[in-house]
Amino acid sequence: MIFLRRYWLSAVAVLASVVVFLVPFAFIVLMAFKDQKQASLLDFSWPAGNHLWSNIVEVVTTRNWMLLTAFINSTILTVASVTLLVIFAAMVGFVLQRRKTRFNGLIEFLILAGLMIPPAVVPTIWLLQGIGLFAKLHGMVLIEVAYALPFSILLYRAFIATIPRELDEAAIIDGARPFDVFFRVILPLLWPVTVTNIVVQSVAIFNDFTNPLYYLPGNANATVQLTLYNFQSQFQTSYNLLFTNIALITIPPLLVFLFFNRQIVAGMTAGAVKG
Amino acid sequence: MAVMTETGTATAASTPALKRRSPYPGWFFLPAAIIYGVLFLLPTFASLYFSLTRWNLFSSTFIGFDNFAQFLREPFLIKGLVNTVIYAVVTSGLKVVLGLLLAVLLTSQIAARGYLRSVVFFPVLVSTVGVGITFTVLMHPTNGMINEGLALLGIKGPGWLVDPNLALFSVALVDVWKGVGLATVIYIAGIVAIPKDYYEAARIDGATKLQNFFYVTLPLCRPATVTVITLSFIGGLRTFDLIWAMTRGGPGFASDTVASVIYKQYQAGFYGLSTAGNVVLFILIAVLVVPLTMLLNRKEGHE
Repeated sequence: MIFLRRYWLSAVAVLASVVVFLVPFAFIVLMAFKDQKQASLLDFSWPAGNHLWSNIVEVVTTRNWMLLTAFINSTILTVASVTLLVIFAAMVGFVLQRRKTRFNGLIEFLILAGLMIPPAVVPTIWLLQGIGLFAKLHGMVLIEVAYALPFSILLYRAFIATIPRELDEAAIIDGARPFDVFFRVILPLLWPVTVTNIVVQSVAIFNDFTNPLYYLPGNANATVQLTLYNFQSQFQTSYNLLFTNIALITIPPLLVFLFFNRQIVAGMTAGAVKG
Repeated sequence: MAVMTETGTATAASTPALKRRSPYPGWFFLPAAIIYGVLFLLPTFASLYFSLTRWNLFSSTFIGFDNFAQFLREPFLIKGLVNTVIYAVVTSGLKVVLGLLLAVLLTSQIAARGYLRSVVFFPVLVSTVGVGITFTVLMHPTNGMINEGLALLGIKGPGWLVDPNLALFSVALVDVWKGVGLATVIYIAGIVAIPKDYYEAARIDGATKLQNFFYVTLPLCRPATVTVITLSFIGGLRTFDLIWAMTRGGPGFASDTVASVIYKQYQAGFYGLSTAGNVVLFILIAVLVVPLTMLLNRKEGHE
C-alpha cells in the first residue's frame, strides 16, 4: 500500500515535471530542426525533415557572422570578469575576515548595499563616457566586476572563516611576505569556494542582458544575449532561426550544469542555512 | 591558543619592522574598492543630484523635485510603480509556496529524486531572454502551445500576453517557472540541515505528516524562507530583462515596471527622469525590503 502510494506520487511528479519543464525545452529543440514554413505554425510537432544544419549555418553567418563575434565577446567578457572578480574578492574576503578594524562595519554595510541597490544607469553611462570606457569591452568587464563583487566577497569571507589562522602565522614565521601568505598559502586552500564562485558568476555574466544593453551598444561589441535580442525583431517571421539561436546559446549553461551542478547549488544556497 | 595569539601581537607591536609587515595588509582592499567605488558608489551618489535635473549628458539644469512630481502625476509612471510591487509580491509569494512544497517533495522518499531536482533547477541557468522569447511563442493567443493544450481539455485559453489585465501576471508566471528551482534548492538545503531528532520526537508524540510539516519543517527552515523571500522580492522589484523580452511593458503600459520605465525614458533621452526612476526604485527597495527583513529576523528571535 505504502509502496503503491509512493509509486503513484512519483509518477504524478515525473509526469508534471515533463509537461511543465521538459516540454518547453523540447519545443526549442524541435523548432531548431524545422524549416521556416513549419516553424511558423508554432505547434508542438515532429519536424518534417532535418533542417538543423542549414538553420545553424544561416543563424551563424547572418549579419556578417555576428553570432560568432558575439560568442567571442561573451567569452572574453566572462573569462576576464570572473578572473578579476575571483582575485579581488578573495583578497577583500581574506583581510575582512582576518583583521578586525573600525572600518569593518562600514565595509559590510557597503557590501549589503551593493546586493540591494539597483545600479544608477544613466549616471554610470555618463561616468563611463567621461573616462572613455563607454561601449568598450574592457569597460564592461570592470562594470561586471563592480556589480558582482559583493556576492563573491560574502562567499569568500564565509569560507575563509573555516581556515585556521595558525596557517597564516606559520607562513609569517617562515618568513613569507604578506603577498606570498595570501597568494601561495591561502588562495590555493580556497579552491573549493573559488570553483563555486567561477561557476556561479560565469553563468550570471554570460546570461547578463541588462548591463550590456545599457553599457555596450554597437554591433562590434554584441554579446550573445544582445544578439538574441536583436534577432527577435529581425527574425520575426523565421521562428526556426530564432529558436536555433536560443538552442545554441543554451549549450554553455547546459555544459556547466552537467559538470558543475553541485558547485552551483552550493554557491547559490550559501547562507540559506545560517540565514 | 588565545595566549599564543596575544603574545604574537605583542611582539609584533614592540618591533616596528614586524608591525609594518602585518599579514593582512590594507592595500588588499584597494583594487576592489577602486572598481566598486568608481563604477558603483560614485554613480549612485551622482544619481541623487542628477535626478533633480533636466539632463542631456552634457549639461544639466537644476529643476528641484519636478522629475519625482512627474513620477507621481503621470498615470503610466504610477502604473509602473504599482506593477513593480504587484510583480514582486506575486513572484516571491509563489516562489516561497511552490519552492517549499517542491523541496518537501524532493527530500521525501520519492523515486526519481535526482532527475526531478535537476529538471526543476536547470531553468535557473538558462538565458532570461531565451526563456522570454520561448514563452512568448508558447503563450501566443491562438497558435500558442499552452492555449492549444487547454483547448484539448475543452478550456478556452486567455490571451496571456495581449490581455492588458493579464500580461503582467503571465510574465510573473514565467518568472516563477524560471526561478522556482533556486527557491527549491535553498529550501532543500534548509530542510536537510534540520536535525533528525525533531522528527523522531514528533513521531514518538504521534504527529501526522501534516503536523510534521507545520510544527517541525516550517518553523525550522525559517532561515531558508528569509533567504528566499529577500532574494526573490529584491529580484522581483528590480526585474527588467524578462519583461522587456516578453512584452516591452505592453500592451500599452499594462506590464511596465519601474525598471522598464527607466529604460524607456533613457531611450527617449529623458536622462533626468530616467535617473529619478532609478532613485524611486532605490527608495522603493529600501522602504519595502528593510522593514521586511527586520520583521522576518525579529520573529526568528522570538522562538
